[in-house]
Amino acid sequence: MLKDIINEIFSAEMLSLVWKGLLETLYMSLVSTAVAYAIGLPVGMLLLVTDPDGVKPNKTINTTVGAVVNFLRSVPFLILMVAVMPLSRLIVGTTIGAKATIVSLVIASAPYVARMVESSAKEVDRGVIEASLSMGASTMQIMCKVILPEAMPSLIYGAAISSTTILGYTAMAGAVGGGGLGAIAINYGYHRKETVIMWLMVVILVLIVQVFQEIGSFIAKKCDKRIG
Amino acid sequence: MANNPIIKIESLSKTFGSGETAVTALDDINLSIYPGEIFGIIGLSGAGKSTLVRCMNLLERPTAGRVIFDGSDITSLSDKELRKVRQSIGMIFQSFNLLMQRTALDNVCFSLEIAGVPKKEAKKRARELLETVGLADKEKAYPSQLSGGQKQRVAIARALATNPKVLLCDEATSALDPTTTQSILELIKELNQKTGVTVIIITHEMKVIEQICHRVAIIDKSRIEEVGMVQDVFRQPKTQAAKKLIFTNGDSNEEFAGKGRYLRLVFDGSQTDRPVIANMVLKCGEPVSIAFAKTKMISGKMYGHMLLELPENPEIVKKIKAYLDSEDITYEEERYDA
Repeated sequence: MLKDIINEIFSAEMLSLVWKGLLETLYMSLVSTAVAYAIGLPVGMLLLVTDPDGVKPNKTINTTVGAVVNFLRSVPFLILMVAVMPLSRLIVGTTIGAKATIVSLVIASAPYVARMVESSAKEVDRGVIEASLSMGASTMQIMCKVILPEAMPSLIYGAAISSTTILGYTAMAGAVGGGGLGAIAINYGYHRKETVIMWLMVVILVLIVQVFQEIGSFIAKKCDKRIG
Repeated sequence: MANNPIIKIESLSKTFGSGETAVTALDDINLSIYPGEIFGIIGLSGAGKSTLVRCMNLLERPTAGRVIFDGSDITSLSDKELRKVRQSIGMIFQSFNLLMQRTALDNVCFSLEIAGVPKKEAKKRARELLETVGLADKEKAYPSQLSGGQKQRVAIARALATNPKVLLCDEATSALDPTTTQSILELIKELNQKTGVTVIIITHEMKVIEQICHRVAIIDKSRIEEVGMVQDVFRQPKTQAAKKLIFTNGDSNEEFAGKGRYLRLVFDGSQTDRPVIANMVLKCGEPVSIAFAKTKMISGKMYGHMLLELPENPEIVKKIKAYLDSEDITYEEERYDA
């Protein structure tokens, strides 16, 4: 019995399936995280500077962008995935597989990233921003030269959290035709009742989360100059 | 002071909030500060002094009035023009406000970067500045590795890197211990003499004003109560607010709870060399009680105030007053009923 299971798991066929799933999962989560940051970082900064207490308060922009972000964040991911299928077809030409998943992952996680960025950037000491203003810094200079570098450790820490959250989403995407380890876990564990395979995928996912988190914490600590 | 003021504040007011919750922080302020002077603004906390200094570079927008810097009204400038002007007004703060993720050298470079100075040139200038403030060996240190005094030195270097005409100091020594305060004040004084930069100091500490300021303004309850040369204002404060601040050095005046007629003597540092009270008793032939006294020595001179119980006999009171006049001591008769 045990031998059969071990044989099945470590069959050449299964190993290559898991390997492919692992690469797909990493591909989906890393690309999605990168694109989500490309969108979420500027949006988060925009929310920060247009805040009533920000460097350049603007109620209209702040309220509008804030509302969009909140709306997208409140749609459950599974529903969002189905809802953006036409968009996926438009952008990447398909509604299934890793590429299609990335589209929905980005739409779901960019608003989350924007809030993460906003909250990290908010930690920057008000006094430092004031000092920069007193030297004649523009809003752009304050964002690029003050807020981002000063918030860097917190931003990196946030990126580690965001990427692991996105990793969790990729597993969910497996349920509606996304690829990766999540799809394997659902196909084998749920549809074919092969619980061992399912748990094996879960263990691999847990390990990836650990690695992402550790790398993030390590870099965040390394680049933080506040602790002598 | 025949030359034109470098900063002139005209009927400036600042109100926070509106309607019933509105708080007036500054009320009809008029001030002229001249090139090259060290100008102190002293007041208790909540008097509005921080708001006033922040109005000078428009970190705080006044509700009414004008701020004239070097001849032009900066309240009417565009954002871009204002940023340019701010490069000529350096500022240092109580909490230093250094960039924590940059080294000392890069912190000094920061103000130069903003002013658009090329990197290489900025580094060279920043090194000179760090040398001037006595931190040449700390250029690679991060703020977290520096002491409070060292951080303020970096902040001063950063503020002066762009050769500003004015240096605003917002409670710049309030977070420092007395020895460090002393050395930072020495540095500011030295830089003022060397570069001619006008310095405006906001503080609640008398000793800061005494140590380096030429002129002082006393601010109380959102208004400027008195302006003058430091010796004049401290020796003979005219207004109630100034007297309270100077006589008590800003701390509570409630320690004294006597009753009757008293004479308040003010020591302004010029009576240190002789035993004033002992001589007075000998000369007038009448012992007096000292009801309250608070004096201190600053660089070898005695400052402070003292309450003497006045004798019943008007002849002797007259004698005492004549003696004090002849000794050139400021006094004021006070009556306490409670």
